[in-house]
Amino acid sequence: MDGVHDMGGMDGFGKVEPEPNEPVFHHRWESRVLAMSRAIGVFRAWTIDTSRHAIELMAPSMYLTRPYYEKWFWRNQNLLVERGLIDADEVAAGHALRPAKNRTRGPFTVTDIERVTKRGSYSRPATRPARFKVGDRVRTKNIHPTTHTRLPRYARDRVGVVERLHGAQVFPDSVSTGKGEDPQWLYTVRFDAQELWGADADPKLKVSIEAFEPYLEHA
Amino acid sequence: MAEHDHDHDEGSHLTEMDLRVRALETILVEKGYVETAALDRIVELYETKIGPHIGAQLIAKAWSDPGFRQALLDDASKAAQTFAEVGRVGDHLIAVENTPKMHNMVVCTLCSCYPTDVLGLPPSWYKSFPYRSRTVKNPRSVLADFGVTLPDDTEIRVWDSTAETRYLVLPMRPAGTDGWSEAQLANLITRDCMIGAGVPRKPSEVA
Repeated sequence: MDGVHDMGGMDGFGKVEPEPNEPVFHHRWESRVLAMSRAIGVFRAWTIDTSRHAIELMAPSMYLTRPYYEKWFWRNQNLLVERGLIDADEVAAGHALRPAKNRTRGPFTVTDIERVTKRGSYSRPATRPARFKVGDRVRTKNIHPTTHTRLPRYARDRVGVVERLHGAQVFPDSVSTGKGEDPQWLYTVRFDAQELWGADADPKLKVSIEAFEPYLEHA
Repeated sequence: MAEHDHDHDEGSHLTEMDLRVRALETILVEKGYVETAALDRIVELYETKIGPHIGAQLIAKAWSDPGFRQALLDDASKAAQTFAEVGRVGDHLIAVENTPKMHNMVVCTLCSCYPTDVLGLPPSWYKSFPYRSRTVKNPRSVLADFGVTLPDDTEIRVWDSTAETRYLVLPMRPAGTDGWSEAQLANLITRDCMIGAGVPRKPSEVA
C-alpha cells in the first residue's frame, strides 16, 4: 500500500537526533510490549509481514505521532482480538473472562526464550530457476498494490543492476494477504542515485533494495 | 520527532499506556499464553545480553584475523554463530566492508529492520522518520547530523533493508592500533559505526 510508512526520500522530517547513552527502553511499559511481542510469536497466530502490515494500516495521524512501542502495543492487541486469542470484552475489563480457545500449545515460559530471541529463517526451497543473474540490468515494476509490499515507492519503475542473489524466501506480498508463503527469489538490486532522484543527486551515491523476483523485469 | 519523544513521563498519556500494557499482560498471563517470569527474562536479555558488544567482538576479530574477516564477508550468519550470547545468530546476516573508497550505511525505509542478533534493539534514531526518509537520498546530510564528514570522492553505498536480509557494516580499522588485542579494538567499535552512521573511535579517544 502507498502508505505514510514508505518514507524513503521524503523531506521535512528534520534532523536525525542521536540520544547519547540512550537506554534500551525509555519506559517500563515499552519493555513489556517488546517482551509480549516476542513471546506471542510462539503461537504463530500471524507472521512478521502481517504484523508490519497491521502497523501500515494505522491512520497516518497515528503512525506519525505515536511512540514506536505504542504502535506495537495497538498492533498486538488488535491482532490478538482479531485472531481470537483474546476477546474485546476482556480488553475492556482488563483481565481474562474465559479460558483460552484453541490454544495451540502451553504457555510461553523461560525455556522458550531462545526460540524467539534469534531470528528464524525465511529461506525456502526454490520451485523454479532464478530469472536473473548477478550483473543483469533490471527494471522494477510500476506497481501500487493496496495490500502489503516491500517494494518502496522511490524504487519503482527504476533501472538497476542485480548485485546479489539470496535464494528463495517467503514472499511478503503473498503471505501477508493469507495466500501462503509463495517463495520467490530474492535479489539485491543496486541503483545509481541519479536514477532514483534525478540529475541533481549525489553522483557518488548508490542505493540498493532487496527485491523479490515478481518486482523485477529485464531492462 | 514525536515518534521518539520521551519527555512526558509524568503525562497522563503515558500513565494510560502503563495501564493498558499492564492490562494486556494480565489477560495473556491469566489465559495461559505467557508466564510473567518469561517476559521478565526477555527484557533482561535485551537490557544486558543482546547488544552491540556482540557486533563489536565480531568486528574486532575480523580486524585481527584475516581468515575470520573473509569468513564474515562470505557468510556472516555462519561466522557470527558462536558469538551469540543466547542461542545463535539468526539467518540472513550479511557483512559489508568499508574501504577508503566506499562507505556503507544501513537503513530500513519501510519500518525498522535492524541486525538485532548482533546489535541488540535499534536506537530511537534508527527508527526515526528523519533517518528513514533521508538516508537513501542524502546520506551525507545524515552523517553530518552525527558529526561525520566523509571526503567528497568517497562513494556512499546505502543498503535499504526491505526484506529479511540484515546488514552489518565492517568499518575500517583505525590507524595507530597495531598490536592491539581484540578486547582493546572492541572499545573503538561503536554501535553507530556498525550501521554506517559513524566511524570507529580513534585510539586517542579511548586512551
